[in-house]
Amino acid sequence: MIEKPYLHFSGISKIFTDPKGEPYPAVEGFELRVAKGEFVSIIGHSGCGKSTVLMMTAGLSEVVIGGIFLDDKLIDEAGPDRAVVFQSPSLLPWLSALDNVLLGVNRVYPHAAKETRLDLCKYYLNKVGLGKDIHKKAADLSNGMKQRVGIARAFALKPKLLLLDEPFGMLDSLTRADLQEVLLEVWNTEKITALMVTHDVDEAIFLSDRVVMMTSGPSACVGDILPISFARPRHKAQVMEQTSYYQYREHLIRFLEDGKDKKAAHGMVSSIGDGASHF
Amino acid sequence: MTEKIIGVMRIAGFNVFVPVIRLIQGENRDEQLKLLWRTIGIQGVTLGVFLGLWALIAPQIKTNLGQVPGPAQVWEQIQSLSLEYRMETKNRKAFAVTEKARVEQKRAENPGLEVKMRRYSGRPTFLDQIFTSLVTVFTGFLLASLVAIPLGVLCGLNRTLMSALNPLIQVFKPVSPVAWLPIVTMVVSAVYTVPQPWLEKAFIISAITVSLCAIWPSLINTALGVASIDKDYINVARVLKLKFSTKIFKIVLPAALPYIFTGLRISLGVGWMVLIAAELLSQNPGLGKFVWDEFQNGSSQSLARIMVAIFTIGLIGFILDRIMVTLHKWVSFGHGTAGA
Ligand SMILES: Nc1ncnc2c1ncn2[C@@H]1O[C@H](COP(=O)(O)OP(=O)(O)OP(=O)(O)O)[C@@H](O)[C@H]1O
Ligand SMILES: [Mg+2]
Repeated sequence: MIEKPYLHFSGISKIFTDPKGEPYPAVEGFELRVAKGEFVSIIGHSGCGKSTVLMMTAGLSEVVIGGIFLDDKLIDEAGPDRAVVFQSPSLLPWLSALDNVLLGVNRVYPHAAKETRLDLCKYYLNKVGLGKDIHKKAADLSNGMKQRVGIARAFALKPKLLLLDEPFGMLDSLTRADLQEVLLEVWNTEKITALMVTHDVDEAIFLSDRVVMMTSGPSACVGDILPISFARPRHKAQVMEQTSYYQYREHLIRFLEDGKDKKAAHGMVSSIGDGASHF
Repeated sequence: MTEKIIGVMRIAGFNVFVPVIRLIQGENRDEQLKLLWRTIGIQGVTLGVFLGLWALIAPQIKTNLGQVPGPAQVWEQIQSLSLEYRMETKNRKAFAVTEKARVEQKRAENPGLEVKMRRYSGRPTFLDQIFTSLVTVFTGFLLASLVAIPLGVLCGLNRTLMSALNPLIQVFKPVSPVAWLPIVTMVVSAVYTVPQPWLEKAFIISAITVSLCAIWPSLINTALGVASIDKDYINVARVLKLKFSTKIFKIVLPAALPYIFTGLRISLGVGWMVLIAAELLSQNPGLGKFVWDEFQNGSSQSLARIMVAIFTIGLIGFILDRIMVTLHKWVSFGHGTAGA
């Protein structure tokens, strides 16, 4: 356990109101400590509440019970110290790639000289491999390119925390592999504490220091945590040669499979009419 | 190059001319000819049938002012109106020359005296009326937009404001210009009491009536466009903690632009219709007054002249709409699938 966490979820809960007006406890008692400079992935079944946790960390959604602390401060609103890379590349399509990055940089370094700000943007756009397309409108970029800009935009803010919600979910597997390398490369030089939601077991193992497995909702929480001990910098081919890779993989998949069974069992129970009893 | 011209044509909504251009370029002749027939050819036939029926039926109907005019009489009046215009222009020029001579002579005779140029007081020509109407409709439209867009943005961003204003919008939206006119006339007459007005009272009344009716479509569409902006874009603004003005100009307005222009297009169309009615009723200068004057005049040519006015009104309305469509398509570019 981490003694003095940089990011701390103190058993937080989130209760939504479902369409029928009934309270729906999506997340309950989510407890997690993350050290500074750590890369943590969250995996879990669809709809278990991964995005909910991430949005609360971003300050885009309110925590109902408990609190999230970053650097000893309670998170109570959104801010540029927590950069988000959304699943859909939420670039502003009417702005160029450069202007999209600049929008945030202008906000974070309002007093820097214009040249400095532009250089900063170009540095990160270059790093994600977008050197010559920076003046293209975001609307004219491919999805992969857009997500590259999304990554550059997040890093250029020099945030305390990087939040990624299935950043490569919409991409084909080739582009996804490319972007995982790009992300890891930039991250290696910056070592920004990162929290990433993913569905992809291999992605989680390859990128993270620890993988957090969430139980299925309702009342989802941390089910298990798997530390990944590959040395950094990592390379995909090397990582996949290790036997431990397949042990990690096995571990994660078993957790997800078990969760599925439980979910099915739970579904049967409630269909009989005993809605109150989950687990 | 060809494709560029065709692209521009498409944006401007002149799809009809695309085959013509391709034909000139000598692209697959038969297919383009077929396309041409399907657009211009069919439209030509429709026009022919319309003119034929008109020429046939019109003379059958007798009114106090004689027969209902057919296409030939209307064409005559178009020529007569253009002749009148040329005569008036000549008179005006001649007046300017003699007036200048008169003033100069007076000044020479009596250097200390302030001599004023008299204004030419001829009847406004048809073209003058068109011009007046256009200026009025754009003034009213501008006035409406200046209120509708900011208010619409605020409504779209703030659900409370939206539900607060909604009843008012719903009640005022369907009110016809005819109902506004008396109130606007009375209020403007009471409030606007400048001794030497820079703008004519009639002009202000017409413009305000136009705005009162043109404001609603822009307001509603702007609010709708802003309210339906992709949540991700708004989240970007929240994460970056953008200043209110940056948020509006970099995110909200560009995102809602296609909706806003849909609203503006409807508003301009409504404004143009309203203006003609307002001018006709209150006899404020413009095309509507031309129609009314001809109706009062009651000469044998009056009906034909009114028909000329009707075609003019329709044509101008069509052109205004085309302009707005072009602008709309233009701002919708670079929007991917958003809006439009
Ligand atoms: N605004 C909301 N109102 C009501 N219920 C919500 C709301 N947002 C999410 N939920 C519910 O909370 C649960 C968790 O949703 P969440 O989006 O966090 O899941 P997720 O793990 O990110 O799923 P996915 O992997 O499909 O993205 C779901 O059951 C969802 O229906
Ligand atoms: Mg999600």
